Amino acid sequence: METIRLKIDGREITAQAGQTILEVAKENGINIPTLCHLDGVEDVGACRLCIVDVHGQLVTSCTTKVGADMDVQTQTAPVKEYRRMILELLFAEGSHVCSFCVSNGGCELQDLACDLEMHSVRVPYSFPRNRIDATHPQFLIDRDRCVLCGRCVRVCAQVEGAHTWGFAERGSTARVITDLAVDWGQAESCTSCGKCVESCPTGAIVRKGASNAEMRKKADLVGRLTERREHE
Amino acid sequence: MNRRLDVLVCSGAACVSSHSAEVKSALACEIDARGLSDEIRLVETGCMGPCELGPVLLIYPGGTFYVRVSPNDVAEIVEEHFLKGRPVRRLLWETPEARRIAEEKKQVPFFEKQQKIVLANCGEIDPENIEEFIATGGYEALGRALTEKSPEELIETLVASGLRGRGGAGFPTGLKWRFVARESGKTKVVVCNADEGDPGAFMDRSLLEGDPHSVIEGMTIAAYAVGANHGYVYVRAEYPLAIRRLKTAIEQARNAGLLGLNILETGFAFDLEVRIGAGAFVCGEETALIASIEGERGMPRTRPPYPSTSGVFGHPTLINNAETWGNIRHIVLHGAQWFAAIGTPQSPGTKVFALSGKVVNTGLVEVPMGTTLREVIFDIGGGIPNGKAFKAVQTGGPSGGCIPAEYLDTPIDYESLKKLGAIMGSGGIIVMDEDNCMVNIAKYFLDFTCDESCGKCVPCRAGTRQMLDLLEKITDGKGETADIDRLRSLGMMVASTSLCGLGQSAPNPVLSTLKYFGHEYQAHIHEHRCEAKVCPSMIRFEINPAACRACDKCRTVCPVTAITGKPGTPPYQLDAQTCIRCGRCAEVCPFDAIAINSGDLN
Ligand SMILES: Cc1cc2nc3c(=O)[nH]c(=O)nc-3n(C[C@H](O)[C@H](O)[C@H](O)COP(=O)(O)O)c2cc1C
Ligand code: SF4
Ligand code: SF4
Ligand code: SF4
Ligand code: SF4
Ligand code: FES
Ligand code: FES
Repeated sequence: METIRLKIDGREITAQAGQTILEVAKENGINIPTLCHLDGVEDVGACRLCIVDVHGQLVTSCTTKVGADMDVQTQTAPVKEYRRMILELLFAEGSHVCSFCVSNGGCELQDLACDLEMHSVRVPYSFPRNRIDATHPQFLIDRDRCVLCGRCVRVCAQVEGAHTWGFAERGSTARVITDLAVDWGQAESCTSCGKCVESCPTGAIVRKGASNAEMRKKADLVGRLTERREHE
Repeated sequence: MNRRLDVLVCSGAACVSSHSAEVKSALACEIDARGLSDEIRLVETGCMGPCELGPVLLIYPGGTFYVRVSPNDVAEIVEEHFLKGRPVRRLLWETPEARRIAEEKKQVPFFEKQQKIVLANCGEIDPENIEEFIATGGYEALGRALTEKSPEELIETLVASGLRGRGGAGFPTGLKWRFVARESGKTKVVVCNADEGDPGAFMDRSLLEGDPHSVIEGMTIAAYAVGANHGYVYVRAEYPLAIRRLKTAIEQARNAGLLGLNILETGFAFDLEVRIGAGAFVCGEETALIASIEGERGMPRTRPPYPSTSGVFGHPTLINNAETWGNIRHIVLHGAQWFAAIGTPQSPGTKVFALSGKVVNTGLVEVPMGTTLREVIFDIGGGIPNGKAFKAVQTGGPSGGCIPAEYLDTPIDYESLKKLGAIMGSGGIIVMDEDNCMVNIAKYFLDFTCDESCGKCVPCRAGTRQMLDLLEKITDGKGETADIDRLRSLGMMVASTSLCGLGQSAPNPVLSTLKYFGHEYQAHIHEHRCEAKVCPSMIRFEINPAACRACDKCRTVCPVTAITGKPGTPPYQLDAQTCIRCGRCAEVCPFDAIAINSGDLN
């Protein structure tokens, strides 16, 4: 495989052609925030939190392949400010009162808020009030805590092969649905494998029966699963 | 007997909705009744341009152009014009500024400054008859391409012509062809983007309705040049007439051996499929369009890979806009040098625009690139109606920018518009006058893009929503000084971090109005004054005591009895608290005594 030399934050780094900037950064201990990325499924560049500066251009590191002589900056002032604004938009768009959430303490969105030092949200909240769908015998979805990362959609289609999750509607009313927008409990395609539960980064899709701050997920489950499949 | 007259009845969608079909059947009856059927040929054509004046007729020889024709006019037209050779003057197009009656279509100022290349056949031929297209030189370019030219030569010609994509971004078409031609994949695909989602735009629709074969011919030439055997035309479902004529044209081309397995007996195979889109603006974005063709939800994908490497079902895909396709046959026939000499060096050729808004002549126009905004709006468009003052022009559709009067002499080309914070887009031109509030306009466009955001990425989905809320706050009279900076920083963030062109360009109307009409935002925020008197929260109706003659008219029409007074005893009183700002009193007052005011009282 072709070896490529590039710079990340001024460091000279060697990478393999075909790797993404995010992969290379991770291998070299450089932290780039992510939300919609999930090991084991395709990257789609939806959350935009992993943006980096490449020669003055902002690109998402999860979908951009490394190139020879790239000069990648992961922490410029605009990059940091935009990441924070995006995160604030997510908090304002949903309803995230962590103290009442089963995922409190085990949530990627919450972790991002700490990592990116989000002390306050500078845009007004929209206080959505979607109905919680608890019709599935084991799981439930609270769409007010969904960040539309699409991890559930991809894992269900690409790893489980069930294609239960999908997107519906546009703009600020866009949401994830099960089958043709029926209640999850009625979604015949669902195998109840639980992969979407483990992959959902927030307290949106959770296991029933968990109380405040009790839900813990195995976000690396899918990545390990697909890796083992490749080795077979 | 010899054929004496060709009577062309515009059957573009606008004229169809103003009942051109009735006019045509009345003409057919009358011509038949008079025994003129052998002498006079009736032809249904695509859009002739000045849609507002429909139904329109064009009569050859002579080029007489009739407007607003109704079935009742038909007997007179046949009697006077067709039999006695005297044009019916009252139906000719009267030009408002010169007050002269133009007898020939080419003397009408609307047409004078135009140069029709792509639209040359629109309104001149019957789009449902392949013979007519062939008679104008149609499919000659394809014949020459397949028999005299190598794919490489064709691509060189396209590159040398300098043609740039007419779908919005202005990417050099020849280069795109070259990228696809160089891909090694066995299966390649050619796509025509006729999604045309910009509100008010109808360039591509008119081309497909008026001259569908020109698009088919362009695509077939490209398919040969890049090595593709399969193509799609993606049209929105809201264009039923365009879809019908396109399908008819494809069928005719197949029967004539111009599409199919052995085109013109050269052994080259290419065929076309029509895909109908459900009318989402974002489906015009090439990667969303490709997803939609594949049967997926129309959501954009990150690029690279570009469609030229991995497009429809992963195959190398050449995607061009319908108008881009319409240029191809002319370039192949007349050569790269000919084309490059039209327009400007950076943006050669012509561009079709849909002219709308506060302008006398709305409709479809085609001008050489480099024509100034002023020429399009004032010479071709006939200026602003009702003696109002020009305020701004919006180019590039909902994601374009608003350009103020001081830049009216800007030549229309990709770079000049971009420099002003606007874009060429696919060719919408919306003219605004003194009665348009620019904050409200920005809100209108953002409302559209916010709604049409596919919801995939956060900045576009949630950022445009926050911007829209801020604009609503300002037009509701609740704006704060800091909101301007908030709008600007949100706008820059959305533009620089969104996944696709929709989000990247959505802030343009806001950023450009902030730049050129910042004073209107300031007036809304600090003085609660809407200069154009549009924002309902900021206007009030007031009776001028000196002008009121106590006629009682206003009191009787007010739906909420906000007006009190006794007939004959001026002045009447208007209670601002009760008034719901419906404006009916001001409309009925015979003495113009009721004024609309805006801004805080001192
Ligand atoms: C939101 C959005 C909407 C678009 N809509 C259209 C459209 O309706 N028609 C079109 O030809 N191109 C549209 N485009 C541009 C296409 O993505 C693409 O650039 C174009 O089809 C390429 O053809 P061209 O090179 O001939 O212009 C749109 C782009 C964006 C970002
Ligand atoms: S989903 Fe995460 S961020 Fe949202 S309330 Fe729960 S813990 Fe907090
Ligand atoms: S439980 Fe498994 S099959 Fe059911 S929706 Fe989740 S990922 Fe899909
Ligand atoms: S439910 Fe969870 S995994 Fe699915 S889109 Fe929402 S946040 Fe992402
Ligand atoms: S920019 Fe808007 S339309 Fe484009 S992918 Fe993102 S959300 Fe969808
Ligand atoms: S992690 Fe890259 S865009 Fe979400
Ligand atoms: S549709 Fe008849 S002039 Fe445009």
